[in-house]
Amino acid sequence: MTTNIDRPGPGSGPVLDIENLKVTFATDAGDVYAVKDVSLEVNPGEVVAIVGESGSGKTVTAKTILGLLPETATSQGAVLINGNNVISVSAAKLRQIRGRDVAMVFQEPSTALNPVYTVGWQIAEGIRAHADTGSGKKISAKDAKARAIEALRKVGIPDPDTRVNYYPHQFSGGQKQRVVIAAALALNPGLIVADEPTTALDVTVQAEILELLRDLRDKYGTSIVLITHNMGVVADLADRVVVMYQGDVVEEAPARVLFAQPREEYTKKLLAAVPHLGRNSASEGMTERAHQGGKVLVEAKNLTIEYPGRLGTPAFKAVDGVSFTVSEGEVFGLVGESGSGKTTIGRAIAGLNRTTGGSLNVLGYEMLNFKERTFKPLRKEIGFVFQDPAASFNPQLTIGDCVAEPLIIHSNPSPAEARKRVGELLESVQLPASYADRFPHELSGGQRQRASLARALILNPKLLIADEPTSALDVSVQAVVLELFKEIQREFGFAALFISHDLAVVDMLSHWVGVLYKGKMVEQGLGNQVMGNPQHDYTRKLIASLPVPDPDEQARRREEFRAVLHG
Amino acid sequence: MDANTVSGRKQPFIYRLPVISHFRTSVGLQRAMLVTGLVLSIGFLLTTVLAPFIAPYGFAQLSDASGTFPAQQPPSAAHIWGTTVGGYDVFSRVIWGARAAAVVIVVAVVMSIFLGVALGLLSGYFGGWLDRTLVVIADAIYAFPSLLLAIVMSIVINHGQSSFWGGIVACSISISVVFIPQYFRVIRAETIRLKAEPYVESAKVVGASSVRIMGRHIFKNATRTLPLIFTLNASEAILTLAGLGFLGFGIEPSSAAEWGFDLSKAIADASSGIWWTGIFPGAAIVLTVLGLTLVGESINDLNDPRLRGRRKSGGKTPAGGPDSNGAQAALEAESRVL
Repeated sequence: MTTNIDRPGPGSGPVLDIENLKVTFATDAGDVYAVKDVSLEVNPGEVVAIVGESGSGKTVTAKTILGLLPETATSQGAVLINGNNVISVSAAKLRQIRGRDVAMVFQEPSTALNPVYTVGWQIAEGIRAHADTGSGKKISAKDAKARAIEALRKVGIPDPDTRVNYYPHQFSGGQKQRVVIAAALALNPGLIVADEPTTALDVTVQAEILELLRDLRDKYGTSIVLITHNMGVVADLADRVVVMYQGDVVEEAPARVLFAQPREEYTKKLLAAVPHLGRNSASEGMTERAHQGGKVLVEAKNLTIEYPGRLGTPAFKAVDGVSFTVSEGEVFGLVGESGSGKTTIGRAIAGLNRTTGGSLNVLGYEMLNFKERTFKPLRKEIGFVFQDPAASFNPQLTIGDCVAEPLIIHSNPSPAEARKRVGELLESVQLPASYADRFPHELSGGQRQRASLARALILNPKLLIADEPTSALDVSVQAVVLELFKEIQREFGFAALFISHDLAVVDMLSHWVGVLYKGKMVEQGLGNQVMGNPQHDYTRKLIASLPVPDPDEQARRREEFRAVLHG
Repeated sequence: MDANTVSGRKQPFIYRLPVISHFRTSVGLQRAMLVTGLVLSIGFLLTTVLAPFIAPYGFAQLSDASGTFPAQQPPSAAHIWGTTVGGYDVFSRVIWGARAAAVVIVVAVVMSIFLGVALGLLSGYFGGWLDRTLVVIADAIYAFPSLLLAIVMSIVINHGQSSFWGGIVACSISISVVFIPQYFRVIRAETIRLKAEPYVESAKVVGASSVRIMGRHIFKNATRTLPLIFTLNASEAILTLAGLGFLGFGIEPSSAAEWGFDLSKAIADASSGIWWTGIFPGAAIVLTVLGLTLVGESINDLNDPRLRGRRKSGGKTPAGGPDSNGAQAALEAESRVL
C-alpha cells in the first residue's frame, strides 16, 4: 500500500490560515452577520480550539474551512489551505481539497454514517473519490478497502479486517465516532476539523475519543481544529484557544495562559460559569443526610420499569430494582449516562411512564396501580421541568398562557387573578411580568427555561422533577439558571428530583446523589462523599472521565486516572 | 426588508394570513409562480361572483328577444364563443360553470376538512382499536380508484341525475369520501408526532384533560399544512367534478352549467371541425386547476425554508452594532431545520 501523500512538514508554514473572514446569511429577516472578522492560523501538529456559546459563529467558521456553507451564505476574506483559497476555488478543486487536505468529524456519529452501507464502503468512498497522488490513477476497490482497514486500525477498532464489513448499527456510539474519525483520516489529511466531536457522547466515551484525537496528533502530526463549547474538553486537548463571541474573535491565547490568566472580561465570565466538580457543592460540610425528619414524598422499593420488546424479543429493563427515597425539602440528584434509566424514573414519578414491578409510592399514591383519573388530583403537587425549553412550550400560546395553564386546570381562577399570579411567578424567576405577553420564540433559551420553572411552580408543588433542565443551555446561562434554581428551592422549600448527566451540575444542587448505571442504582450518598470518595468502580470511572476546565490539573488527572479508565 | 420585523411585536394580523405572508416572503421565480397562480385563482373567484354581470345569457337560455339561438354557430358578435349543438351560448355556460365548480370545491373541501381533521385528531391521539379501525377504512378507500368511488356515491345519493343543489351535494359528498382519508392521514401523522412533543407531555403532567390537550395544544399545531392540501385538493375536486360530468353523472344542463358535461357533449363536434364548443370549457378547467395548483405548490415551497429562495445577501460590510435578536432567531430556527 502506498501512502506517499505530500503533506507540509513541520515548520513549513501554517496548514490553515484564515484572514479577515466574514460570513453573511440571507434570512427572511434580512442579513445576519454570522462571522464578522475572524483571522486565525493553525500550524502543523497543533490543536486549536474554537470556543464560544451558541450563535458565536464557531460552527460557521468551521464549515467555511470545508466550503460547506449553504447557498444563502456569502463569505468574504481568505481561507487558505496549503495555498488554496477555499472561498474562491472552483467546485472541482474544492472537491480535491476536501478529504485530501482537510477532513471533517461531525457532532452526531449516528447520523454522519449512512445506515445502508458498510463502514468499509463509506471510508473507501472518500479514498476512491481522489486519484492516487503518487501514480495519478484511480484507486482500485481492493486497495481502497485495504486503506480503509488501515484507517480503522489507526483509530483503535479491534479486529478491523472483519469489522470493515460491519454496518454502522453494529457499532456502539463511541465506536461509530471512531469510524467517522477513521473516514476523516483515510487520506491522511494535514488538518481535521472536529465540530463538537464529543458533545453527543457520554462522558466515559468522550474521554476515549479525546485520547484518540490526542494520539493522532502525537503519532501522525495531524493538526486539529476543535470546535466546542465544553471548557473541559478544551483544557484536555487544545494547545491554543480562540474564544469567539457574536461572530468576532474575543481572545486568542495558548491554552495554559488562557485558563490561568484570561485577559478579556468575556473570557473571564465564561470560565467562571463553567461548573467545576468539587467546588460549590450543595452538600458541602454535611456529614449526614438532611431533611430526614420530614415526610417521605417519593419512595421507590425495588422499582422495575420494562419497555415491552417487539414480537419475540424479551422486554427491555430500563430500570432494574432501584430503591430510594425523596423526603420533603430535599434535593435528590440522579446522575447517569444515556440509557441508565434516569429519565425513565423521573417520568414514572410524573405518571408519564408505567411502572412494571416493585413499588413506587408518590405522595402516598402507588404508581403500580396507576389510573389517570385517580392520579389527577395529585398532579398539582408535582411540577416538571423539561430538558429542552424550546420544545416544552406550545409555540402558539403566549408565555402567560403557558405558565397559567396548571392554575387554570386545577383552580379555575378569573383571568385577572391568573394574570396576577403569573406576574408574581415570572418575577420570582427574575423575568419581567410583561414577558407574559410574549411568545416562546421571542425569549432566549435561558429565559424560556426560567419561564418553564415558573410554570412548574405556579401551584406551589411539594415535589419538582427537573429532567436535565440545563443541558440545552449555554454555560453562562446554565450558571445563572442553576443559581436561580438553588435560590428558589430555598425560598419555596419544595423537594426536588434533579436529573442530569453532568456530575458537576448535580453536585452543585443536590444534597443526596444517586448514581445509575444500566438501570441499577450503583451508589448513593451525600454529594460531596460520592464525588470525593466514590465507592463503586463505575462512579470512579465516571468521575475520572469528566474533564476539568484547567489544563494542568486535567493533565495530572489524566495520568492519575489512566489505570481507572482502562481498567 | 427591515431586519427588525421578526424581533418586534407580532406583525399585523393581515400579514400573518397564509397566502399574504407567503407572498411577502417570496422572491424571483417563486414569486412569479405564486402571482400567476393567484391571478388565475382570483380571476376564477371573480368570475364566480360576477357571473350574472359577465355572462350575456343564462346558462340554460336557448332564446332571447331576437328569437331562438342558432345551433353550432361559430363565434360571432352575438355569441362571442359561438353556440353548442343544443343552442346554448358557450361563453355564458363557461362563465356560469365557474359557479358550480366553486360551490363544489367549497362544500366538498369543507366537509372533508371537518371530518378528516376531527377523525385524524381522535385517531392519532387515542390510538388503540379506534385508530386501527379508522386506518383500515382509510386504506380501503385509498385502494379504490377515486373516480369509481365518486360514481358509486353519486348513484347511491342521487341515482345519477339531479337538480343544481342535489347534483352539487352528490358531487361534493362523493369527492369528500375520497378526500377525507387524505386529511385524516395528514392530521393523524402530525398528531402522533406532536403527542410526543415536550409541550404536550408538559400539559399532561400538569393534569390537562384529553379534550383540552387536543383542542389547545395539538389542533393548532397540526393544521399548519392545511392551506397547502386545501389548494391542491381544490384543483383535484374540479377535476373529479369535470370527470363525473364528462361521464354523465354530473348536473343536468338545465339546472346548472358544468364544464365536464359540456366537454362530453363537444366530443362529436371535434371531428366535424367545430372547435369552440370543446376548447373553451376545456381551457377553463385547465386554467383553474393550473391556478390553484400553482398557489398550492408555491405555498409548499415557501413553507419549507430549504426550498424557499431568498434575495442574495448584500455582501456589504457589517454596519456595526450587534444583530437584532429576530434575525438571529430566524437563523437559529433555520439551522435547526437544516
